[in-house]
Amino acid sequence: MKSLGSIRRSFAPWADPASKPFISVKNVTKKFGDFIAVDDLSLDIYPREFFALLGASGCGKSTLLRMLAGFEQPTSGEIILDGQSLAGIPPYRRPVNMMFQSYALFPHMTVENNIAFGLKQDGMPKADIAARVAQMLKLVKLEKFSQRKPHQLSGGQRQRVALARSLAKRPKVLLLDEPLGALDKKLREETQFELMDLQQELGLTFVVVTHDQEEAMTMADRIAVMSHGKVIQVATPAEIYEAPNSRFVADFIGDVNIFEGAVAGAEGGYVRLEGINGFPIRMASPETPATGVKSAVAVRPEKIRVGRQPPAHAPVNAIQGEIWDIGYLGDMTVFHVRLKDGRVIKASSLNAVRAVEDPLGYDQEVWISFGEDAGVVLKD
Amino acid sequence: MARVASALFSRLVIIIPYAWLLFFFLIPFFIVFRISLSQTAVAMPPYTPVFDLLGGVSGIIEKAREFSFDNYVWLTEDVLYFNAYVSSVMIAAVSTFLTLLIAYPVAYGMAKAPKTIRPTLLMLVILPFWTSFLIRVYAWIAILKPEGLLNQFLLSIGVIGQPLIILNTNWAIYIGIVYSYLPFMVLPIYSSLEKMDHTLTEAALDLGCTPFSAFWRVTFPLSLAGVVAGCLLVFIPAVGEFVIPDLLGGSETLMIGKTLWNEFNANRDWPVSSAVATILLLILVLPIVYFQNAQAKADGEGR
Ligand SMILES: Nc1ncnc2c1ncn2[C@@H]1O[C@H](COP(=O)(O)OP(=O)(O)OP(=O)(O)O)[C@@H](O)[C@H]1O
Ligand SMILES: [Mg+2]
Repeated sequence: MKSLGSIRRSFAPWADPASKPFISVKNVTKKFGDFIAVDDLSLDIYPREFFALLGASGCGKSTLLRMLAGFEQPTSGEIILDGQSLAGIPPYRRPVNMMFQSYALFPHMTVENNIAFGLKQDGMPKADIAARVAQMLKLVKLEKFSQRKPHQLSGGQRQRVALARSLAKRPKVLLLDEPLGALDKKLREETQFELMDLQQELGLTFVVVTHDQEEAMTMADRIAVMSHGKVIQVATPAEIYEAPNSRFVADFIGDVNIFEGAVAGAEGGYVRLEGINGFPIRMASPETPATGVKSAVAVRPEKIRVGRQPPAHAPVNAIQGEIWDIGYLGDMTVFHVRLKDGRVIKASSLNAVRAVEDPLGYDQEVWISFGEDAGVVLKD
Repeated sequence: MARVASALFSRLVIIIPYAWLLFFFLIPFFIVFRISLSQTAVAMPPYTPVFDLLGGVSGIIEKAREFSFDNYVWLTEDVLYFNAYVSSVMIAAVSTFLTLLIAYPVAYGMAKAPKTIRPTLLMLVILPFWTSFLIRVYAWIAILKPEGLLNQFLLSIGVIGQPLIILNTNWAIYIGIVYSYLPFMVLPIYSSLEKMDHTLTEAALDLGCTPFSAFWRVTFPLSLAGVVAGCLLVFIPAVGEFVIPDLLGGSETLMIGKTLWNEFNANRDWPVSSAVATILLLILVLPIVYFQNAQAKADGEGR
């Protein structure tokens, strides 16, 4: 049997021009009065994809999800599901189910009746309903709680009921609005993997909203980073992390050091930058910006080396500073290195060995350096 | 010191409602009940004395011996009283149902209205209370009588050829009760609908309900506590209603409030009217107890 990881690694329908998207959001704009919540947004989501919408609070994630579910109508633009336009189709006729941010469990019904709600509405035979409910209860490990009312459950149990209820009808698409928002860190991490297993097992398309980047990175096949109603980048977690297409994305996902400068030249897939304080940078870049353009290079902390001696390639991609702060996190150590101009650079190194002889200490003069393919040249 | 004071205060807060009940319900009820056990007499007050402190303990016991349930027996012997009770409950039940039919959509509309205009709508519902109840009931006479506003209007648009006889029928009583008690039904239903989480309706739609079935499967069951409260707030006073049947109802309309009034004023039979009142209270206690149970259950659901 193939492991989940190997299935996921080979899953990349977006890279295949022959595969057809399952959900197509085409130039959708949503206005509330004068306020633009979703701004001319286009997206393709593929069958069986685990797709995450990531962005700061108020950037329009829930609004987009609610348009997919049918609770809001786009002001302009179109949403296509499985080749069919969703315009004017009410929520109860869409093959889409939603797990609500607040769970929205029916307080007057038992867990069992909550899960059976959609099935009864569809007029499924009683025996089939019972079987399906039992299966769902087993899936979310709540067999013992079937006769409880929602107010008799813990937050985590309610979240499972909400999940079971939204999965019971076997929707083609499951929309999840901050599904794990109410859970503590440990339960959250466990549930993330459960959700991923579940999605694989049932072969569903998941669209999940979150503002937790770690959660998005863990679960999603692809992530759409949103800001102010627009999609800034859609890519796999690794691409988003390693090759952010803009300063916003680089900043939003994880820690990053930004080195600003002007383009001094380009040759053979490398761009030369004249950094501030005359600090020269040479960085691999698929695109070659015009000479003289202001640009920036983003380098992740773990790709920055800290040492007492200047590296062989100094002064290119290397600059002197002093250690300003040391954060020991157990698995790794984070250095804050202060440059001559006062800027503080973050660098981290794994503590692969238990103790280092003569470790770097406070106020020491050090060199920070990075390789020619350690960062990305940002366009803006 | 402060702690003693606050403990005392919380005691007091608990005592107040009980004290209120004791002085304005239990003691008066006890007096009424005692009178119902005595006999009429040509005296002032018009019944045989039932309580005599001057006689001491032996006097009280002696008086207690004279207590009799004759008045209650009398109530069972004359079918008039039985009919009045039944007819009162029927009229109150029909009126309560009609009030519910009108109040629910009103409350629903208010709860769905934009937040900014809800206070205004609430105000409009309460507005009729600013005019005297009696005046409003008299106004209905002018509207409902054969040559009244309603008949004039219907005749002028040609819907009817003959004036409708509404005044002095049970229909006039229904109209009067529905009109007068509508706010008591609207307000509790509104408050239960207003605090309801609208994402529950969205969840129902999401799971395949049309707006109509979402209403019957989710919204209505969750507003039941408000419906029950509203029905009892209308039903209980309507059973004992006197003014509306007296002014709008016909001479053949039997309601217990009117019977009571007749016994008390026309016949000056305080003991029998006290017995009538005591039985009426027993009839009403049942729905009150039911109401309290329903409330306790709703509270248990954490809503
Ligand atoms: N019904 C509405 N009327 C007016 N403005 C709205 C409405 N719904 C959402 N908005 C606005 O649209 C913007 C986007 O809201 P949305 O709920 O999509 O944000 P979000 O990305 O889900 O944020 P969060 O992470 O906080 O849930 C917000 O600024 C919000 O105030
Ligand atoms: Mg949201």
